[in-house]
Amino acid sequence: MEPLYLARESRVHRLSPEVKIAAVLLFTIVVVVTPREDLTAFAGYTLLIALVAGLARVPAGWLLKRATIELPFVLLAVVLPFTGHGERVDWLGLSLSVDGLYGAWNIFAKGTLGVLASLLLAATTSMRDLILGLDRLRCPTVITQIMTFMLRYIDVLIDDARRMRIARLSRGYDPRFLWQVKAFAVGVGALFLRSYERGERVYLAMLSRGYSGRMPSGSGSKAPAAEWVVSSALPVAAAGIAVAAAVLA
Amino acid sequence: MTAALKITGLTFAYPDGREALHGVDLTLAPGERVALLGPNGAGKTTLVLHLNGILHGGAGRVEISGLPVTPGDRKAITEIRRRVGVVFQDPDDQLFMPTVAEDVAFGPANLGVRGDELDHRVTEALTAVGMLEHRDQIPHHLSFGQRRRVAVATVLAMRPEILVLDEPSSNLDPASRRELAEIIMSLPVTVLMVTHDLPYALELCPRSVILDAGRIVADAPTGELLADGDRMAAHRLELPFGFDPSAIHRR
Repeated sequence: MEPLYLARESRVHRLSPEVKIAAVLLFTIVVVVTPREDLTAFAGYTLLIALVAGLARVPAGWLLKRATIELPFVLLAVVLPFTGHGERVDWLGLSLSVDGLYGAWNIFAKGTLGVLASLLLAATTSMRDLILGLDRLRCPTVITQIMTFMLRYIDVLIDDARRMRIARLSRGYDPRFLWQVKAFAVGVGALFLRSYERGERVYLAMLSRGYSGRMPSGSGSKAPAAEWVVSSALPVAAAGIAVAAAVLA
Repeated sequence: MTAALKITGLTFAYPDGREALHGVDLTLAPGERVALLGPNGAGKTTLVLHLNGILHGGAGRVEISGLPVTPGDRKAITEIRRRVGVVFQDPDDQLFMPTVAEDVAFGPANLGVRGDELDHRVTEALTAVGMLEHRDQIPHHLSFGQRRRVAVATVLAMRPEILVLDEPSSNLDPASRRELAEIIMSLPVTVLMVTHDLPYALELCPRSVILDAGRIVADAPTGELLADGDRMAAHRLELPFGFDPSAIHRR
């Protein structure tokens, strides 16, 4: 159900979701605005991430395996040194553009740091808490409500799809060729209709329990100020590193 | 004494012209448990959706403990929806929140209940259906019978005066079916139970009514009604094979 959540007992896990979301967002902004030439700054950010991962008791292997999701984007960056313009350097007989090399580094470093920070957030916060956190950060309720429904009904939907597939296979359907895709496509349509009808029934059931267009809010308490201070350590430290690197350079 | 539920001359036609109710009259005394029987398409669900003002627009009148159902009046309709707890057939339609406790809290929260009182309501309702230890679970991870019981709790948390159950025994295994019966009988509320499960009606409800083609066509003690073979057959009602209602001693 929650492939990105890693249930552990740690101080990071215990923090309220909204402070973690804010910290990761601010950290990512600092990383993104850092000039690409500040190599020491990026080294510092990596150290910060490693520190938080240690505190959260998230193993490096677990993080790195899931970080491979960025590979398709990084592959694009590999092309840049060959296609870039301007000053060029020779390396192992290849003529590479300096500007392109920096461009590739820029994508790789910032992308990886962003992905690692997001993974840490996901590893330490359940889906339900993430939505609660977004809600408390005043994310529009339409969006948080849609996410809440998705969280509840995705399994029901997958079950529906699985049963329909088994029923198709039971009647001798053996999809091996492209022209057999029609039954699958019709199945997707049927699934859509079923979901639509379920939506209507869920809405009726909600009305019957006094729903009047607004979700009752106020489940749980807000994060105490101390948690905001603790979690701000990450973006503040990152900003400090960025400034220090800029001054030294 | 004011009737728990009083329906007089209720008619309803769907926007596509299909007429569903043709003048329904039905009165339930407080604390009564009544089974609403009838073939598919008789208008049972349509009738249920009139009890809390979700469907309206035809002639007639519905009163819940003396309070008329007036769909235009938002405040009154909220009170009506508190008094009438509808448990729908598919618990997956009823349970839409990510955890059991949040779902049970949804109804009372809509009524403005907050904080400790809300917690108390959730605990009370889940205890009544024996599901307290599952309060933080995801509904999808519960068995079908457990989900049906939680669906009952979501309505109990609103402290209703009438519990309306749509096919409460459908898709339940015999043990879950019996557990639910025990829960329903332990509740101090008026019950209107829509069902095709005639032995269940006989077990739970001393009185039954038959709705057919949008009208109440029979209203009698359940045992008597089930024993009247001709009347049953006239309304497409059939007892399970080998079931003899006269052989059962009333509890």
